[in-house]
Amino acid sequence: MTVGLAKRAEAARVRAMFEAAGAQPVETSVLQPAEALLELYGEDIRARAYVTSDALRGEQMLRPDFTVPVVQMHMQHGAEPARYTYSGEVFRRQEDDAKRANEYLQVGYEVFERDAPHEADAEVFALISSVLRGLPVRAATGDIGILLAAVDGLKTTDRRKAALRRHIWRPRRFRALIDRFSGRADVPASRVALLAAEDAFAEAGVEIGLRSKREVEARIAALREDSEAGPLAQGEVELMDAILSVQEMLPHAVEHLSDIAVDMPAIADAVDGLRRRTGALAARGVDVAQLSFEASYGRASMEYYDGFVFGFYAEARADLPPVASGGRYDALTRQLGQGGEIPAVGGVVRPGLMLGLKEGTL
Amino acid sequence: MSLKLGVPSKGRLMEKTFEWFAERGVSLSRAGGEREYAGRVEGVEGVELVLLSAGEIPRELAAGRIHLGVTGTDLIREKLGQWEQRVEELAELGFGHADLIIAVPQAWVDVDTMDDLDAVAAAFRAEHGFRMRIATKYHRLVRDYLRDCGVADYQLVDSQGATEGTVKNETAEAIADITSTGDTLRANHLKILSDGLILRSSATLYRARNAAVSNGEREALAALVAKLEVG
Repeated sequence: MTVGLAKRAEAARVRAMFEAAGAQPVETSVLQPAEALLELYGEDIRARAYVTSDALRGEQMLRPDFTVPVVQMHMQHGAEPARYTYSGEVFRRQEDDAKRANEYLQVGYEVFERDAPHEADAEVFALISSVLRGLPVRAATGDIGILLAAVDGLKTTDRRKAALRRHIWRPRRFRALIDRFSGRADVPASRVALLAAEDAFAEAGVEIGLRSKREVEARIAALREDSEAGPLAQGEVELMDAILSVQEMLPHAVEHLSDIAVDMPAIADAVDGLRRRTGALAARGVDVAQLSFEASYGRASMEYYDGFVFGFYAEARADLPPVASGGRYDALTRQLGQGGEIPAVGGVVRPGLMLGLKEGTL
Repeated sequence: MSLKLGVPSKGRLMEKTFEWFAERGVSLSRAGGEREYAGRVEGVEGVELVLLSAGEIPRELAAGRIHLGVTGTDLIREKLGQWEQRVEELAELGFGHADLIIAVPQAWVDVDTMDDLDAVAAAFRAEHGFRMRIATKYHRLVRDYLRDCGVADYQLVDSQGATEGTVKNETAEAIADITSTGDTLRANHLKILSDGLILRSSATLYRARNAAVSNGEREALAALVAKLEVG
């Protein structure tokens, strides 16, 4: 399916709204070097992006999103603070549902701003909300930063915290690690045997490949250290579960999380940030009493976001992708910044879906 | 037009397929000599034998250019998205058994599970500055399995043959490949992870769900299915 003229006109209208809000229009290439995207997303991106190649430049991907090239551009020669908007096609490989579009328009708004992150969060959400005004959509919000703070605050080894942080965006694996570290799941028999063995290398045979014996020994030492570290305290696991199950309207969620923060002071700053953001949203006219918040929201689908996350969904059409989505990605600017970093937040809308909702043609 | 039956064009897979059909009263053979890829069918009317590379049979079934085809479960699932909607399994033929597995060097005494593999992938990337390489030709199946297991920080490198040798040659750290006995893995100092079984594959007779079928072809299909006692 190609992009129709009506969708282009809708995209132009939205982009003009973003420009009126102070954003500078930018362009990015449709073909993006695959390496940076693979380094960032890992091999999973191949399941979602079209890969092509030539003998000179190697692997290229048809732009699966704008955020990465826009961040790269800003980190190379952007002034501060900066607001950008862009509009164009993104491409998503579809292997499981032929009805989902593999090519569609996105219009985005990104803010790179060091001061008052809660204000920038609210600015992006309120702007996108105003673009969607009148459409039958409901908003969902979350905050990955609270989870990250909870992990950092656990009384356990740095290695365990690093493992949990690494899998924040893979809920099932995260849960398995929590179960392991808290003693709820058994240690695999092979690991018990390895640590009990007199000579761990008795069955090693010939050493082949790049991973050296020294690295194997280092891992065994790490496993030994882990087996000697006590389990996560039951109370901490319960608090983590309590955070993950928070799902209510924003003002109640703030109070609920504040209560949890009394027992888990590590999340106090993050909860304070949520409170300030809620205030900033209300000041911009968002009806926060009717805005839902889920502590787990965005974990499975929005991997580089590490703070505020949000999405707008067509009501009664759970089968459709979000009409708009976005969030804060401070860590991404560090990863792509080659030494630099700047707090950043942004979001995209899909004018094709907006038009479909307006005309009732979805 | 006649009903088109796709069969692997050479090797044990072809011979075993011919035997399986012969046991059910349908004789398949090459029309001319050893080198000619045309076939002959006896024992049932209106069926044409198409000899193809086993790797191309999934694509031909999905496109509806053949009505029936014999190939491995592994190839169907690797090559066809939403395979259940595009082909129907009529019968497992009882040969061509192979497991798609993940294997690592035997010297990795600290690695026995996918959980270990993930932990090692993180450490490997920190130590070597690139993502741990897994050599395979089954990109889709392997990627889906690794995602289900929550493995991160790896990359798949394409290997269309001699995959077991890639670790020794230092072009990969681990492999995902099919094996029937495990002998080649052991000879190359590799071991299978205890939860590293991705798929059990075997030679299977498939029907293309989306192939156009004329009345004559429908009759031929019914006669063949009845004779083979499948479906």
